[in-house]
Amino acid sequence: MRYEAPATTREAATLMARAKGSAFLLAGGTDLLVRMKIGLVEPDLIVDIKHIPAMQAIKRSAAGFRIGAGVPAVAMGENAALKKAWPGVVEAANLIGSDQIQSRCTIVGNLCNASPAADTVPAMVAAGAKVAIVGPRGRRTVAVEKVVTGPGVTSLKKGEIVEAITLPRRPPKSGDAYLRFIPRTEMDIAVVGAAVSLTLGAKGVVKQARVTLGAVAPTVVLVPAAAKAIVGTKLEKDALAELAAACAAACSPIDDMRGTIEFRTEVAGVLARRAAKIAYQRAGGK
Amino acid sequence: MSGVHVSTTINGDPAEFVCPPGETLLDALRNRLGLTGAKEGCGTGDCGACSVIVDGRLVCSCLVLGAEVEGREVNTVEGLANGDTLHPLQTKFIEHAALQCGICTPGFLIAAKALLDRNPDPSEVEIRYALAGNLCRCTGYDKIVRAVDAAAKEVRKEVRKEARKKRR
Amino acid sequence: MAHDKRYTNQEFKIVGTRPPRPDGLDKVTGRAKYGADTFAPGQLDGLILRSPHAHAKIKNINTSRAEKLKGVKAVITSDDLPDLTNGNRGMFDILENCMARGRALYDGHAVAAVAAIDAETARRAVKLIKVDYEILPHVTDVDEAMKPDAPIVQPHVRTSGVEPKPRKASNVSQVSEFGHGDVDAGFKEADVIVEKSYKTEQTHQGYIEPHACLASVGPDGQGELWVTTQGHFFFRNTCAALLGMDVAKLKVTASEIGGGFGGKTHVWMEPVALALSRKANRPVKLVMSREEVFRASGPTCSTSVDVKIGAKKDGTITAALATLRYQNGPFPAVWAMLGAMTSWACYDLKNVKSVGYDVLVNRPKVAAYRAPSAPMAAFAVESTIDQVAARIGMDPVDFRIKNAAREGTRASYGPTYGPIGIGPTLEAVKNHPHMKARLGKNQGRGMACGFWFNFGGQTCVDLNIGIDGTVTLTVGTVDVGGSRASLCLIAAEELGIAYERVRCHVADTASLGHNDTTEGSRGTFSSGMAAIFAARDAIAILRDRAAKTWEIDVEDVAWEAGNAIAKGVAHGNLAPLTLEELAAASPNTGGPIAGHNEVVADGAGVSFASHICDVEVDPETGATKVIRYTVIQDAGKAIHPDYVEGQFQGGAAQGIGWALNEEYVYGEDGRLQNPGFLDYRIPDCSDLPYIDTQILEIPNPNHPYGVRGVGATSIVPPLAAIGNAVSNAAGVRMTHVPMSPPRILKAIKDEQLDIAAD
Repeated sequence: MRYEAPATTREAATLMARAKGSAFLLAGGTDLLVRMKIGLVEPDLIVDIKHIPAMQAIKRSAAGFRIGAGVPAVAMGENAALKKAWPGVVEAANLIGSDQIQSRCTIVGNLCNASPAADTVPAMVAAGAKVAIVGPRGRRTVAVEKVVTGPGVTSLKKGEIVEAITLPRRPPKSGDAYLRFIPRTEMDIAVVGAAVSLTLGAKGVVKQARVTLGAVAPTVVLVPAAAKAIVGTKLEKDALAELAAACAAACSPIDDMRGTIEFRTEVAGVLARRAAKIAYQRAGGK
Repeated sequence: MSGVHVSTTINGDPAEFVCPPGETLLDALRNRLGLTGAKEGCGTGDCGACSVIVDGRLVCSCLVLGAEVEGREVNTVEGLANGDTLHPLQTKFIEHAALQCGICTPGFLIAAKALLDRNPDPSEVEIRYALAGNLCRCTGYDKIVRAVDAAAKEVRKEVRKEARKKRR
Repeated sequence: MAHDKRYTNQEFKIVGTRPPRPDGLDKVTGRAKYGADTFAPGQLDGLILRSPHAHAKIKNINTSRAEKLKGVKAVITSDDLPDLTNGNRGMFDILENCMARGRALYDGHAVAAVAAIDAETARRAVKLIKVDYEILPHVTDVDEAMKPDAPIVQPHVRTSGVEPKPRKASNVSQVSEFGHGDVDAGFKEADVIVEKSYKTEQTHQGYIEPHACLASVGPDGQGELWVTTQGHFFFRNTCAALLGMDVAKLKVTASEIGGGFGGKTHVWMEPVALALSRKANRPVKLVMSREEVFRASGPTCSTSVDVKIGAKKDGTITAALATLRYQNGPFPAVWAMLGAMTSWACYDLKNVKSVGYDVLVNRPKVAAYRAPSAPMAAFAVESTIDQVAARIGMDPVDFRIKNAAREGTRASYGPTYGPIGIGPTLEAVKNHPHMKARLGKNQGRGMACGFWFNFGGQTCVDLNIGIDGTVTLTVGTVDVGGSRASLCLIAAEELGIAYERVRCHVADTASLGHNDTTEGSRGTFSSGMAAIFAARDAIAILRDRAAKTWEIDVEDVAWEAGNAIAKGVAHGNLAPLTLEELAAASPNTGGPIAGHNEVVADGAGVSFASHICDVEVDPETGATKVIRYTVIQDAGKAIHPDYVEGQFQGGAAQGIGWALNEEYVYGEDGRLQNPGFLDYRIPDCSDLPYIDTQILEIPNPNHPYGVRGVGATSIVPPLAAIGNAVSNAAGVRMTHVPMSPPRILKAIKDEQLDIAAD
């Protein structure tokens, strides 16, 4: 096994592209080292990205926010401007694991690990986030929902590295929220996750919305029917009921040791409803 | 397989070791530096018994490679006391019987230290959530939370005392 | 040795106070050494290869490639652990569990092991061992295993406890029955009968420290074992027997223990470490990973229990019947029998019967967990008690008080009770402020009782007085929860000296006589009793030395508050001699002063507890939060109240986790799906509130201070206390533990459908 700590994204991409055998990127290590410990992977090469300056910062610009791939979740929670603009994305990131995990885990790692139950992916998809990728053939930007193609599988090609997540500029009267169901109060993998991002128009009526679900399908589910149910409303009881029903209908979960199909389907609707209400309040709705 | 040479700082003192690239910081501390205070309870970041502080951040040392602490500062339970003066957390843990078997205690002390470093006056709920990454099977956490609360008071008292001294 | 009534009336001077524990400093500085914290020059890393199948014939094990790998110093299979058990089936079962002999009996069963120069080489070596398995049908569910067409786990087992003796093999290893009276007649007298079935899933003690040892055996047959254990003497005897070593030639040192709760009362891999060391002729360190702890140490039983209670309108129980089916893993044991014994222990019943079925399955060998077998039986019984009380329209606490056992009650499992605490704990519940606290929306309250026998056992203690009068108390019971502090208190109390002048130390097996394992809540009880006798032994010698010094009759020498006092008018002018003075003079008065005691500590007092808990259940998701919890338990005499409270709180927390979230999840393939702390969910700090405790002291008449064991009972009531609380909060009776959110939500939804259908 080799351990490398390159100083630029280009170097890292080259190392990954040229690697013979299995090569893994190391950001927080909270997924990679676990898989190494339980014997699922035996890396020949580990490329530590934490010495690449381009990946270590949260940058705010007119275009929105750029969160480097090496930024730990705890730093996102400490960034007041980011929290104000995207409370749902930040709370999703800050829900992962314990304080110990928070010091290390990253939203890019969470995304690329491609677990169906990842906490940050529903929030990022609802937010319309984009992913900046650097590879041997140069750079490209894709919508975040295009990255994960199946459990543990991404659309990244050999040698491609995610350098940053970008969140678009936020119109006024916008809010987002992420809720997840776990049996304890901390430390669990999401049994169901639901994210809602919305913008209000005049008189507190929802103008635009995106509703996503996690842990209820092989990849995150975007539920246009749920968004449609609340656009043009002030989240009245009927609208929320329709949103919940649309979410339940969009689920295709499995039975596993964390939850049953029945449970996930039922709770998806409940959480989506509750997340919608929180996002609405954050956007200034009453 | 060749080892990685790591130069680092542990509890304020320079330290060096050689370890395989895939070895965790936990194993390096325990097996190469003789610092067995951090424990392996699970090896997968679920129990916090291996907690240490790296560059001021609380981490599970089982999820950090030894190689990663090159040039960094590591704090372990062995460095918590100031010479023969125990840290208030250590004193209060003993006073409040906040340990039974004691295996989780180093991890809790480090996690509690990290909490008090960023939040000197935590509420009961804040204490509980800050320590949620540290599992204890003996105590039910009751006396641990009380000990951390008491230690926080003690630390605040000491900080005020120091501030008064400086003003004179 | 009977309870000394002087102690009920007289104030203890030191016992009952809360001084800091002697091992506290080492534990808060990281200096304390646990099982994996020691190193030996030249040590090898051991690693075990484990079966990935629930049940399989092992046709062949090819270790040649592993043996050839550079850095590998020993590879062993069951061939290296020959059967020396001489027909002793119990010992053979232990041997077979340490390493499979031709058949893997559960997912995780050890099949081979290696010792190599480092962990990485050991890992690679294990991968090179090739095992030919023939997969056999398996069974993991206790009820499935009892069906006539179930795969047979142990072909040699015939059900015992039934007449005529069966000739066919069975997975039911034992049927046991307890009780008295005539339950059929009793049910006929009842105005109300409630009959219900319950299931509890398998849980693990969940100690944070995995099993770990460092074994060193030489070609001369001498060996040393450093190990985390609850019983180093038992481990010594077992390991020596299995390896064909002389007991006196194997020195076992108990490390500090990072939790045991019953799970470290058996050997799991220590004989394997010794065998590896013997073959390699080098020390071998063998540490289980967390996954191995779950798959291959000793969890509790999963169970299936039927309870039927009949009662009159005035609240008198007329008949009580429990049928308990407990799985033991693949080796016969007595867990259902224990469950049958504890089922009705809290109550004074005219007609009572418990029948226990001990059942074999392809899961790891079951070990004790705190008060083994009692929590599951209590869940079923106490849940049913609540339902009967509700049917009659009686308050659940009053119903229990009406039927509670008392002094003179003939217990359902046989003996007649002396003074006991169940009534007092129930009265304390009634008067506790918790019962009056207001409940909010979606909140419910539940209470439940629990019982544990507690045990005594073989105990040996040395008490040595140093030249400066400070005292070394040497015991053989491993300190699992702070007993060293309590034992120092006891010795100091007896000798009349300051707590700080006593140091308690757990000896290795070469330095003290046999001590039974620390289990059954016997640590403080037994070593405490022996410490009292050893101190009195030393006091007799001290009085003798004073008599010699004064040249008076020893009958005229009393011992008071750490001094020898010359009694009587004739000796009035003699100043007292302190312990320090007598110690300093000891080289000239007869040599070192010591007390000693060997005892089979008898008369461990039964202990009872009642718990109250409030929960809040989210009716849309089944999420449950414990918002208030109170433990009221009889300790007999609380030697060190902090540690008694700690035992109450720890047991309650484990019970809460068991009630709400913890379970072993097996797939169709018989493999354990959640062998880690991520998906085996024990309570974390944010899951629990402060746990209130109330210590009652109804002295145990069979102990000089009245001590009863305290460690076990607190895990018994929580399953039912939570069950009753959740049932009240959710409006539907819960019968399957753990009451995880999916189960609660399903019960709520099913109830809503039933109501809609009506």
